[in-house]
Amino acid sequence: MKTRRDFIKISTLGLGATAIASGTAGVLFGSPIFGNKNGTGESGPLLRRTPTYCEICFWQCAGWVYKDETGAIKKITGNEGDQHCNGRFCPRGTGGIGQYFDEDRLKTPLIRTKVDGKETFREASWDEALDLIAKKMKEIAGKDGPESVAMFTHGSGGAHFSQMLKAFGSASIAAPSFAQCRGPREVGFLTTFGDIIYSPERVDIRDTRCMVLIGSHLGENMHNGQVQEMSDAIDKGATIITVDPRFSTAASKSKYWLPIKPATDLALLLSWINVLIENSWYDKEYVERHTQGFDQLKEHVKTFTPEWAYGITAIDPNIIRETAREMHDASPSVIVNPGRHVTWYGDDTQRMRAVAILTALLGSWGRRGGYYKPEKLHLPIFPVPAFPMPKKTPELAYEGKYKFANEVVANGLCDATLPNFDGSLKIKAWIVNGTNLLAALPNQANTLKAIESLELLVVVDTMPVELTGYADVVLPECTYLERYDMLRNSGHRKPNLALRMPAAEPKYNTKPASWIAKELAGKLGLFDWFPWKNMEELLDWQLKQLGSSLDEMKRVGVKNYPREADDLYFKPDEEVTFNTSSGKIELYSTDMVNEGFSPLPEYTPHEEPPEGYYRLNYGRAPMHTFSRTANNPNLTALMNENVLWVNPKVAKLWGLKAGQRVKLKNQDEATSTFSIKVRITERIRWDSVYMVHGFGHNNKKLTRAHGRGINDTELITRVNIDPVMGGTGMRGNFVTFITDFKEEGKEAEA
Amino acid sequence: MRYAMAVDTKKCVGCSDCVVACQTENNVPIGFCRDWVVEITDGTYPKLEIEIRSERCNHCDNSPCVRCCPTGASHYAEGGVVLVAPNKCIGCGACIASCPYGARYPHPDGYVDKCTFCLNNRVEKGLNPACVSVCPTKCMYFGDLYDPNSPVSKVLKTRKFKTLIPEAGTKPQLYFLI
Repeated sequence: MKTRRDFIKISTLGLGATAIASGTAGVLFGSPIFGNKNGTGESGPLLRRTPTYCEICFWQCAGWVYKDETGAIKKITGNEGDQHCNGRFCPRGTGGIGQYFDEDRLKTPLIRTKVDGKETFREASWDEALDLIAKKMKEIAGKDGPESVAMFTHGSGGAHFSQMLKAFGSASIAAPSFAQCRGPREVGFLTTFGDIIYSPERVDIRDTRCMVLIGSHLGENMHNGQVQEMSDAIDKGATIITVDPRFSTAASKSKYWLPIKPATDLALLLSWINVLIENSWYDKEYVERHTQGFDQLKEHVKTFTPEWAYGITAIDPNIIRETAREMHDASPSVIVNPGRHVTWYGDDTQRMRAVAILTALLGSWGRRGGYYKPEKLHLPIFPVPAFPMPKKTPELAYEGKYKFANEVVANGLCDATLPNFDGSLKIKAWIVNGTNLLAALPNQANTLKAIESLELLVVVDTMPVELTGYADVVLPECTYLERYDMLRNSGHRKPNLALRMPAAEPKYNTKPASWIAKELAGKLGLFDWFPWKNMEELLDWQLKQLGSSLDEMKRVGVKNYPREADDLYFKPDEEVTFNTSSGKIELYSTDMVNEGFSPLPEYTPHEEPPEGYYRLNYGRAPMHTFSRTANNPNLTALMNENVLWVNPKVAKLWGLKAGQRVKLKNQDEATSTFSIKVRITERIRWDSVYMVHGFGHNNKKLTRAHGRGINDTELITRVNIDPVMGGTGMRGNFVTFITDFKEEGKEAEA
Repeated sequence: MRYAMAVDTKKCVGCSDCVVACQTENNVPIGFCRDWVVEITDGTYPKLEIEIRSERCNHCDNSPCVRCCPTGASHYAEGGVVLVAPNKCIGCGACIASCPYGARYPHPDGYVDKCTFCLNNRVEKGLNPACVSVCPTKCMYFGDLYDPNSPVSKVLKTRKFKTLIPEAGTKPQLYFLI
């Protein structure tokens, strides 16, 4: 019998270790800057700066942290030599200092304990906390194998903990960025072109003549380099076509806005393919030279005329033809943008296949203004023994399913934790770093059920996110401004490296992930896999193999290397071999058909909202990343809660007033814990509502975020799994308004 | 010399990076701001338009705030930039009331604060104001209107623009490209 895992707000009974405030003025990190030597032109004899790359989102822009005369962190700006940001940080990066200064941060290790029958946390020393984790990990490994210890990660800490876990014998390591986000896109392109999109995306926006955004709201999702290049493209007069049921910021910058009926994008894509083929508006030479399966495709889309699509999408057939013509005219400098968060309806890989096919017909893969070939450095690995072979690979957690998943499926590991799971790899312990799974995975109730059956839950984070309340051990990680991490090695137009080094000592009793992983490895007897003295030694060794050094990187922050051989684009007349079964671009996917999936994308209608319900759509705001910035003092000053976009017609029907608070209930009777403010706006269709993801936090210790707005994942109880790769389609949920309610959640605890 | 700024409403995405960059550069207390973003929607679904503007002090040629200041704290500095001298400001708030753009706020330390175009801390060192240099969409142009080669002069020559509340007669020097 397991005791129920009560949610514990991060507070304490015991007073074991006292939090140590550090960052004393006596220690000055970084080199003083004299004159005007750095690219940004910042000057002043006492300003000191250290290089970093940002951790507020996955774009990981490289920048400089500036400190004032007292050694206090003052501001962060972009590194001009960095291809991710070109010297300009986005609002979240600029506001990144808020993460360091946030007084709600986790401050010391915590261990779950029972006092007078009530579960609570007590403060602990690092030694004690890590001893306990090591003991439990060994126990579980002895009983169920090391593979039953899984990790979920998002961000730079992952590399350190992965090293530890792989040495321990487990490869059960997942990031929600695959099956909850960009997975279908990678698989859709992989099966078509034999290669993925990567991050940052290989889209050549700066030189494009036409860009199509499908449900992707660049400008609201602040993918820095892409937003910058889109702005350049606007300057150069590129045509932007935005497909979105919501009048997004990007839509407002577009020549064409196609206000599509939600969940019908695939019909539009098929119809565009039809128009390109029927009018011979595709790149014949490219298609002939590089692709296979054109005839099957042509036959397949014959009936998908704009008139057919009109009945489904509500987009005027003439506009479908006109926009197809725009793409043709711009070809090959045209980007049908694959977007990033594309797990919508469960047939997402097929939708992304349609995007890839369109890309191939327009001849824009490997062409200027379309998709370029990114190049990445081969970063030497510090010599360590080979990792032990896990007896059970993570795929055994979802045996026989998700055949095309080229990364581990996070929801697969979560489901393999559920009490009734009887597959080959049962998960017993979670180490979670840098991701609040209660907001990152859909269907919160399901995640909680899995958590309840865990034998060990370790949460490593900087903030008391909800998940920490369910942990057995909470480990407070220091922020990215207080630590070294692995080098950022990203594929881009030029291969490049970026350094993150501490700008200040860790505040409180927090530690870098690199230290935590190494210490834990030591307690597990795995020191052989961490033979370096410290991060400086590791990084310096790596950099020296590449003709640089830690000293040099401290001065420059970013180093761009020349490309090895390749051009950015295919050369004229180049015979390209694609990494697919046929060696060609597969318009018709033999791999898909071999695994029992449709070789050509097919439109299937998705469920529509019942009477009185509206499709729940969600997205991003430029000043927040997921749920991780919701308590950041600088960024909450810009936006401290999400609001619910409601069409005026709907508002009238329900008698809703602007600014009124409502709760939401979905088709499965799941009700939001908190309420949300209504924003009545013409910018949304009458069949859907919209909110920014990442709010509605339920931990009181997040003083600025608690109870502000609604957490959409509470309402995403119906998840349409993509059978191809395990993606969690989250846009098939429908909500209705509750106007008469009490704000219970807020008064729950004194 | 006449410093001015132009903001391209066709490129601004309203991300508010200008607001955060100003805050960290100029130590603006959290909860206040020297610049802000306005978004105006026009039309009905699906015939819609949005105008997004990054706004701040207009550094007017004919500034009501300078005229009404009883102590001379509000003054014209180099290049027509309107500044407040905190040591002369008594925090009476007359300027706040007189500004048609709502550009000023009472600083918790007892004086009135507003955008300075980063005159002393950046512009005099040859740098752009913090908001201009951070903007990911490069939608802001700054410089000397009297210099035909300055970025702001050049863009105003080629693009249509407007100012806000011109009827107030303040001769604002913040231009919006439309």
